[in-house]
Amino acid sequence: MGTEILDFEAPLAALQREIESLTGYPEDAGKEREIARLQTKLDEMRRQVYAKLSAWQTVQVARHSQRPYPLDFIEHLFTDFVEIKGDRRFGEDPAIVSGMAWFHDQPAVVIGHQKGRDTKQKIRRNFGMPRPEGYRKALRVMKMAEKFSRPIFCFVDTPGAYPGIDAEERGQAEAIAVNIREMSRITVPIIVTVIGEGGSGGALAVAVGDEILIMEHAIYSVISPEGCAAILWKDASRAEEAAEGLHLTAPQLLEIGLVDRIVPEPVGGAHTAHHQAAQILNKYLVEALERSQRLTPEERVQARYSKFRRMGEFALDTTGTQ
Amino acid sequence: MSWFKKEKAPIPPVKQSRMPEGLWTKCRECAEILYTKEIVRNLSVCPKCNYHMGLSSVERAKALLDDGRYEEVETGFTSNDPLDFTDTKRYRDRLARSREATGLEDAVLIATGHIDGVPVVLAAMEYGFIGGSMGVVVGEKIARAAERALEQRIPLLIVSRSGGARMQEGAISLMQMAKISAVLARLDEASVPYVSILTDPTTGGVTASFAMLGDINLAEPKALIGFAGPRVIEQTIREPLPSGFQRSEYLEEHGMLDMIVERSEMRETLGRLLRFFTQQVTPSPSSAPHVKDVKDAMEEQVPSPVPDEESVS
Ligand SMILES: [Zn+2]
Repeated sequence: MGTEILDFEAPLAALQREIESLTGYPEDAGKEREIARLQTKLDEMRRQVYAKLSAWQTVQVARHSQRPYPLDFIEHLFTDFVEIKGDRRFGEDPAIVSGMAWFHDQPAVVIGHQKGRDTKQKIRRNFGMPRPEGYRKALRVMKMAEKFSRPIFCFVDTPGAYPGIDAEERGQAEAIAVNIREMSRITVPIIVTVIGEGGSGGALAVAVGDEILIMEHAIYSVISPEGCAAILWKDASRAEEAAEGLHLTAPQLLEIGLVDRIVPEPVGGAHTAHHQAAQILNKYLVEALERSQRLTPEERVQARYSKFRRMGEFALDTTGTQ
Repeated sequence: MSWFKKEKAPIPPVKQSRMPEGLWTKCRECAEILYTKEIVRNLSVCPKCNYHMGLSSVERAKALLDDGRYEEVETGFTSNDPLDFTDTKRYRDRLARSREATGLEDAVLIATGHIDGVPVVLAAMEYGFIGGSMGVVVGEKIARAAERALEQRIPLLIVSRSGGARMQEGAISLMQMAKISAVLARLDEASVPYVSILTDPTTGGVTASFAMLGDINLAEPKALIGFAGPRVIEQTIREPLPSGFQRSEYLEEHGMLDMIVERSEMRETLGRLLRFFTQQVTPSPSSAPHVKDVKDAMEEQVPSPVPDEESVS
């Protein structure tokens, strides 16, 4: 499998190649020592690189084609997954997967943007960009979860809602708006995890929950850095600058109170170790669910309401004429 | 000083959508050069082609509310530039300049007043303030407008005119979509009416939240309404867009709008809608059909022994 090497990973990849080339030589103690030494060096380098990714580098990691997607997390963390398709109005949208599954000892509903790994899958899943029917399907499944008192897990990973003629015709804006409103009052626990790209309204449409977790190298933004640069600087190539300005990394989002917890990733990013990434996430999901389940449905809805009602409050200056 | 002022989307922000000192205004749609006073008299609608020119939020409040009288409420909020954002200009400088140009704290005016005697809370967005974009202040003011309507149990009207979420506040502006929508869920539960009025242009996160959540969603003619902007769509699909795409008439045809209302008929239409929502009804025995009457009426309808030709399938 060809591994996607990001620009800033080039020195890591070079060292990796060096190690691989050594393994071709005959066995001897000196070679083993050299390999061990280089491996230690590589691990340390990787740790350093990943400890201080720039915003733009984080964007690249968040979009890495080998990152774990919802179906990967479902495979690692859930059992007996049964996929549910279609919005019962227009069609099925493979850009969002949804279904029933068991999370440890309890039945739950899982919803997530699914990007697709190879070219064929990417096209089938429209690169994880949902159309209205994807959002309507998601809401239908969430309402079912509510009806049967099952918690909801949402995994967010999308460049954004699909900007296409058909999507607009069928009410992309309305579909997103309704999801956002309805999620604010669904009575069962909703645990949201931003696992890759949290692309604007297309992400938010499945991201109103009791707890918003974000993986260490995931992003969440009002617009893509490229889109932002194209509009504000009239120059998409200034995306790197835009990424810095948008405050889209996990630590920045935590600082401004838009997410609740950062889920650490294995060194080198979740794309290097799906199983390990899932195991870390597992602990966070268990705890978040426990916290939400301690509340009564009324308390839960009130808590979720208050959380979103206060979002960004610190950015308000009150001039006191009120 | 030119003889006429070309009417165009107000970027950079101007105090009003037309220059009042200009004697002549050129219609952006049909290019007709018109006497400015005549346009103003006509609620800023081109008398030649019916193009609905943009209104400032103050003009909108005056045009909608009884006797043009309104009281501004929910004031006292400004953005503190939470991300210390700079693009080609510093965001805080943009804010300062927009405040000065519009006389508003941010891109929305919240007002109370009456429509056809019915007390309402009105939120009118201001396109002249950074493209009507929604940041934390717009989010807070609209949320408070909705809460005020909820508390007083009076209708909420929001006139949208916005490019969407405000990039300069990053994901904070995105979250305003959820904040406002959550309050609207409460209005919905309390049966407090909300009428959304979409005007040219309404796109992005504003459309994908409160603008599409009205009990009634209505729009002015030919307004650009959509989630993604037309340029973004064109770049994505790499083919020309159908004519009239994302205009009010197109949305109405696709079932996304309840109605299109001319500006000249807006007040009257709103009055009718608000009466429907707010009129206290005490059903009188004479106005409701008696159960017996209904039964009698049904018995009168003797089924025909042979079905009509048309009803045979
Ligand atoms: Zn005209």
